[in-house]
Amino acid sequence: MGSNTSSGKRSPVWLVISLTAAIIFWQIIADYVVRNKFILPSFTDTLEALFDLWAGGTILIDIWTSLMHFAIGLLLALAIGVPIGICIGWFERVNRLLDPLIEIIRPIPPLAWIPFAIVWFGLTDFSAGFVIFIGSVFPILINTYEGFRSVPRVFVEAGRMLGCTSSLCLIRYIALPAALPHLAAGFRIASGVAWMCLVAAEMFGVSRFGLGQKIWWYYNLHQMDSVLVYMLLLGFIGLFIDYLFRYGIDHSLLRWRVGEVN
Amino acid sequence: MGSVEISDITREFTRDDGLTVMAIGGVSLSIADDEFVSFVGPSGCGKTTLLRIIAGLDQATSGTVLVDGNTISGPSPKVGMVFQEYSLFPWRNILDNVAFGPEMRGISKEERYALARRYISLVGLDQFEKSYPYELSGGMRQRVAIARALANDPDLLLMDEPFGALDAQTRNKMQSELLEIWDRSKKTILFVTHSVDEAVFLSDRIVVMSPRPGRIRAVVDVPIQRPRDRTASEFGKLRRDVLGLIEEQSRQAND
Repeated sequence: MGSNTSSGKRSPVWLVISLTAAIIFWQIIADYVVRNKFILPSFTDTLEALFDLWAGGTILIDIWTSLMHFAIGLLLALAIGVPIGICIGWFERVNRLLDPLIEIIRPIPPLAWIPFAIVWFGLTDFSAGFVIFIGSVFPILINTYEGFRSVPRVFVEAGRMLGCTSSLCLIRYIALPAALPHLAAGFRIASGVAWMCLVAAEMFGVSRFGLGQKIWWYYNLHQMDSVLVYMLLLGFIGLFIDYLFRYGIDHSLLRWRVGEVN
Repeated sequence: MGSVEISDITREFTRDDGLTVMAIGGVSLSIADDEFVSFVGPSGCGKTTLLRIIAGLDQATSGTVLVDGNTISGPSPKVGMVFQEYSLFPWRNILDNVAFGPEMRGISKEERYALARRYISLVGLDQFEKSYPYELSGGMRQRVAIARALANDPDLLLMDEPFGALDAQTRNKMQSELLEIWDRSKKTILFVTHSVDEAVFLSDRIVVMSPRPGRIRAVVDVPIQRPRDRTASEFGKLRRDVLGLIEEQSRQAND
């Protein structure tokens, strides 16, 4: 039970040890085994590339552009996925009407939409946002639907007995708050998928900036150390976004759920 | 206020295999204002279904229910309900749970909180108004559920085995508290229970139901003065009588 003594906060010592070991291992493999900067840039190569890019590159504009694509896609997915999820979760007829369509469109990989995205919206930021939207709308929609389906009947009946009788009232005051944990889970999954679609969408040259665009760009210039910088940036920003959503949602919206879990 | 007139209620359910099952086969009963009536009977006797029909949550196949002369066709704020399962909204704290009914009636925030606090204090949970349901014990949750139902000031309060999930000691305590609340707020209470002891302790009258289809087997008056002593001989005798009626039912049903 030794690990329980420091429960709550995990010691950062392990994080430092694990990262340091990985970096040393990486450096040794790159310098003494691979010995080819093109195949595997070492840690110090990558660090140097980062400094160069920071000084003379477009890192901040790239981050900004990618976050914009990400936000366009995800906000659009929320604006469309949540209402549709609510309708098919609450109204059985809407479910029967839309379910076949959703099931047919859903398995199409988001990246398969890229040609149409370009035909419809041109090489624009919105075009990238659209591909991200396709990727993230289904997790949001399906989770909203599931959340509405699993609202305990007793909550709805209690609401009706207390004077909340219309569908609109029951959705707003009972089903939506009860389904919020499902919605939050869907949103998190969607943000992960969105982040993945982002790279592919940007690789097709929808804009002159962006983290995914730059990966392709530096690959064409054969600057693999810069490619690695952008890969790591994607990883860290993705991690940060997930952290932000998780803690933002758990600590404000879902405070009431703390005790429900155990 | 709060008289109930049940006339010739039947309720049929259609099973998945297409057969219809009669859950309630013709129940009629008159309940006076401010009366406390319990429904007991073996499982499958339709007592919960009957309560849900009176609540407006379920529709009778035939027959009518009048509450204060008005036909029940759906849930009404004049009729409150306390469920067997924990029905508090877990995303709302205690104050907001109790204030839910007044909120739905469009009462201003200050007023509905004042109202909710009055009922929270009636069930003795003043210090918990900011707590969330998960922080409360089972007995406390059902107290809040009672306060929430009362906050709409219904004339008729329906209770579907509200203390069924509680331990024996908490249960006895809740029964006494319920009688106090009933005494202070004077409304009609219809109470479904599995426990004959509970029914004899609480009620003015006990409706004994028989299963398949659910019918009223007997209506037993409880002439014992309140507060009632569970160990008194007349209490024991009444409990034996009612139990006898129920056992007769289950024996016949099993034959």
